[in-house]
Amino acid sequence: MTVLVVVLGGAIGAPLRYLADVFVQSRHDSDFPWGTFTVNIVGSLVLGVTAAAVVELGSPPWVLAFVGTGICGALTTFSTFGYETVRLLDEGSVLAAAANSVASIVVGLGACAGGFAVASTLL
Amino acid sequence: MENDEKRPRGPLHADVLAVISAGGSLGSLGRWGVGELLPWSGTTFPWATFVVNVSGALALGVLMVFVLEVWRPHRYVRPFVGIGVLGGWTTFSTYALEARDLLAAGRPATAFAYVGGSLVAGLVAVWLGILAARLLVPSSHQEVPW
Repeated sequence: MTVLVVVLGGAIGAPLRYLADVFVQSRHDSDFPWGTFTVNIVGSLVLGVTAAAVVELGSPPWVLAFVGTGICGALTTFSTFGYETVRLLDEGSVLAAAANSVASIVVGLGACAGGFAVASTLL
Repeated sequence: MENDEKRPRGPLHADVLAVISAGGSLGSLGRWGVGELLPWSGTTFPWATFVVNVSGALALGVLMVFVLEVWRPHRYVRPFVGIGVLGGWTTFSTYALEARDLLAAGRPATAFAYVGGSLVAGLVAVWLGILAARLLVPSSHQEVPW
């Protein structure tokens, strides 16, 4: 069961990341990787809310495996985040690389922790 | 939205999405498997996610050199391996949740080591992957940057 929902979640999350990236990147002209930034923040927020919901509502384990490990895991990416940051460094955009790293981590962690806290309070 | 001319249409074909989806399934399954092999207590360093994220970053560095500088690969290679498998293999959301959990568990030092260590190791891994791949390919193919 767990294996199946992880596979299904991954099948949903990965193309969602790609579509979101294409959509976000088509909306601006800068080199900053807003597409990856956006999916990573949204996925972190959703995972924070889901983790809190599982704790508060006593949801079955497959919910976290499906939404967390599957959908959010595949929606977000660390490899592309790292690659795009190194690409910015290689192009000499040290500030943009630093901004991408710090903002992704601070906003991503904040979204996850904030989503967890709000969901814990409401549920 | 559907009529937006700025939106690239080429990459939005259903077959490419299906290939990404299949890759995402495989990568996610692998990441879940590593998590089963290296279970996390909630208070210690999250090695499973660290391992998938750093190894995925290394692999993407290698792949991108081959895709951009060496081959003219089949059009499914980058969507399947880069966006699907490696995107599904690595994760940012679990990285964030584990850091949150470590902070909530009163382990700020471990959280800091995990967050900073993953970032530094991930960036070095991409760079090493690129260097290693370039060492393996003829210099005449090293013209195309990124």
